[in-house]
Amino acid sequence: MKITGAQALVESLRREGVEVIFGFPGGVMLPIYDCLYDCKDIRHILVRHEQGAAHAADGYARATGRVGVCFATSGPGATNLVTGIATAYMDSIPIVAITGQVRTTALGKDSFQEADITGITMPITKHNFLVKNSKDVPEVVAEAFHIARTGRPGPVLIDMPMDVSLGVIDYKPVTNVDIPSYKPNTVGHPLQIKKAAKLIASAERPVIYAGGGVISSGASPELLELSERTNILVTTTLLGKGAFPETHPNSLGMLGMHGTAYANYAVAHCDLLIAIGARFDDRVTGKLDAFAQKAKVIHIDIDPAEIGKTVHVDVPIVGDCKLVLQDLLKYVEPRQPTSWNEQVMKWKAEYPLHYGENGLLPQYVIEKIWEVTNGEAVVATGVGQHQMWAAQFYKCKYPRQFLSSGGLGTMGFGFPAGIGAKVGRPNDIVFVIDGDGSFQMTLQELIVAVENKIAVKVAILNNQYLGMVRQWQELFWNRRYAGVDIAAQPDFVKLAEAYGAVGMRIEKKEQVVDALKKSLEYDDVPVIMDFHIEREENVFPMIPAGQSIEEMMVRRPK
Amino acid sequence: MQHTITALVENKPGVLARVAGLFARRGFNIESLAVSITEDPSVSRMTIVVGGDDAVLEQITKQLNKLIDVIKVVDYKGIPIVERELALIKVNADAGVRSEIMQIVDIFRAKIIDVSEKTFTVEVTGSVDKINAIEKLLESYGIKEVVRTGRIAMMRGAKTP
Ligand SMILES: Cc1ncc(C[n+]2csc(CCOP(=O)(O)OP(=O)(O)O)c2C)c(N)n1
Repeated sequence: MKITGAQALVESLRREGVEVIFGFPGGVMLPIYDCLYDCKDIRHILVRHEQGAAHAADGYARATGRVGVCFATSGPGATNLVTGIATAYMDSIPIVAITGQVRTTALGKDSFQEADITGITMPITKHNFLVKNSKDVPEVVAEAFHIARTGRPGPVLIDMPMDVSLGVIDYKPVTNVDIPSYKPNTVGHPLQIKKAAKLIASAERPVIYAGGGVISSGASPELLELSERTNILVTTTLLGKGAFPETHPNSLGMLGMHGTAYANYAVAHCDLLIAIGARFDDRVTGKLDAFAQKAKVIHIDIDPAEIGKTVHVDVPIVGDCKLVLQDLLKYVEPRQPTSWNEQVMKWKAEYPLHYGENGLLPQYVIEKIWEVTNGEAVVATGVGQHQMWAAQFYKCKYPRQFLSSGGLGTMGFGFPAGIGAKVGRPNDIVFVIDGDGSFQMTLQELIVAVENKIAVKVAILNNQYLGMVRQWQELFWNRRYAGVDIAAQPDFVKLAEAYGAVGMRIEKKEQVVDALKKSLEYDDVPVIMDFHIEREENVFPMIPAGQSIEEMMVRRPK
Repeated sequence: MQHTITALVENKPGVLARVAGLFARRGFNIESLAVSITEDPSVSRMTIVVGGDDAVLEQITKQLNKLIDVIKVVDYKGIPIVERELALIKVNADAGVRSEIMQIVDIFRAKIIDVSEKTFTVEVTGSVDKINAIEKLLESYGIKEVVRTGRIAMMRGAKTP
């Protein structure tokens, strides 16, 4: 069959099972967009800024477990994707970004709208391709999807010069991908697994520390089984939220800088730390030489480079978390709760997450969101205080329920990611818990949600500050609030209405539940809820950056 | 500490940039780098000399292995290898010192491969120490230019990585 490179691209995407593309066109993308015009199986959602396309593809991938796809044109279109690609890279999210490029004959000549996007994205993609020949298109697409979703997942970029899109090839679908230099190791070493089982049997004070790898490998059932069989308590990272049900008695919630006091105490005192699909990020460990000092460490991860990168590991197991846990479960004996469990439960009772009574507080809003949604909603967040409150108070029951930019900490992620999630899971309620600062970074996508009837609910926790930065200034910079006051802001209700969305302003505690319930009644239009919360509420507990648990603040210092 | 590692990589455009970029952004130090094709033209070999302790080296090898185009990485630590480097040294050679220089060249089993009225160009192959030594001796005559290839290495005996 003779077809063009562009047709081969679209056909290859169709074969990969792509059902939706988030994109924004431009001159060099026209051959490809022209094919979309005829393609009935793939829905194209026209974003209003390419960053939105990348985050939407990312949110779609996080919420569904499928590969998200975004399109952008050459030059500025491609560079606008960069933040979104870097966000996906830091959190190991599989997306395939396809960019147009100037003709191969114009490459390297500073041509109009030329940007070396493969060069620019080299450090923030798992891999990227500059396609030089139309006949390579089917293979490149197949390899790109394979690389994005296998091993440690991550973003892959394909740069398509215009003449490559136009060139005619003899198309044959690629049915089998074989990249000799890329063979991720998925099965854990049996000896190491036995060693791990032994350590688990002999540990007195074990704790499981689970991260995003549990979710990407689909290992939640095995994790639940491990914890229930052994009564080992489980704390998760921000990206691991939902890997283990936070409503489960064995859950300690999130650990780290803004984690629960009891999770951090448990890690500080444990004698065995079982890290599963987590990478000992500095927001988790704080001061490294004070982190889990008394513990032996078992580290299960698909990426060998993560093992021993920052902490010493006693039993390294390289492999897919799900397969490794399945093997491990063959050797792990049942174990009754011990005095250690009691001790941690005592901490749990003694130092619960808490907040005040007066005024409209963000934590209250999030608890009510949990209640009205029965804890079943998919939650996407921006970055800042609201993100941490959401992590603390929206107790996730399932994997792929909590979508947040952990590694890069990208403000503006939440809203487009929520749109992507809702597109991928139209039957679920999607809440975006956002900051007034974060929302303003990508709110141009509002019209996309309205146009496409993507009924996300956006709860803006509006403190009229870049709150998290203000909190640092309050605590560590003598309350000198430089560059954080964003009281000058649009009327979000009118803004929503101008776009054709539903807007609500909530200023009192008593209005919260009604507003939230009301928001659930709309299923074909986005709802923007502007919660005017106390301006100077802080996130606690907090372990200041680079410090140890000794320095943990559980409330505002006097 | 210096280590020699070798990476077999796909012979594709951009691979060198990927490897160099990886070293730069993770703060690894390349002391020398030699790249060429191998007996299989679709595969290139990079011989990389790096500085750092064992932990750094472990990260380097693991991170290199993560690059999709990297087929295999071998750290030659503890493995018997032969290592060679080639240098071209252009040295001042006025009439009065020519025979002295020729003696040095002889002792090092080097070669004079180009002569001008005022200079010799010396070719020397060998271990890094040997090249350093001859370079040091020639310094007193005035070295005008040195070009070194960077180290290449191969396992001793029949084994290949
Ligand atoms: C793109 C980007 N720019 C800057 C920052 C630094 N930063 C982290 S949190 C924060 C404040 C966020 O404010 P807002 O979205 O209103 O949330 P709040 O903390 O008030 O809940 C800033 C500026 C960031 N994370 N991302």
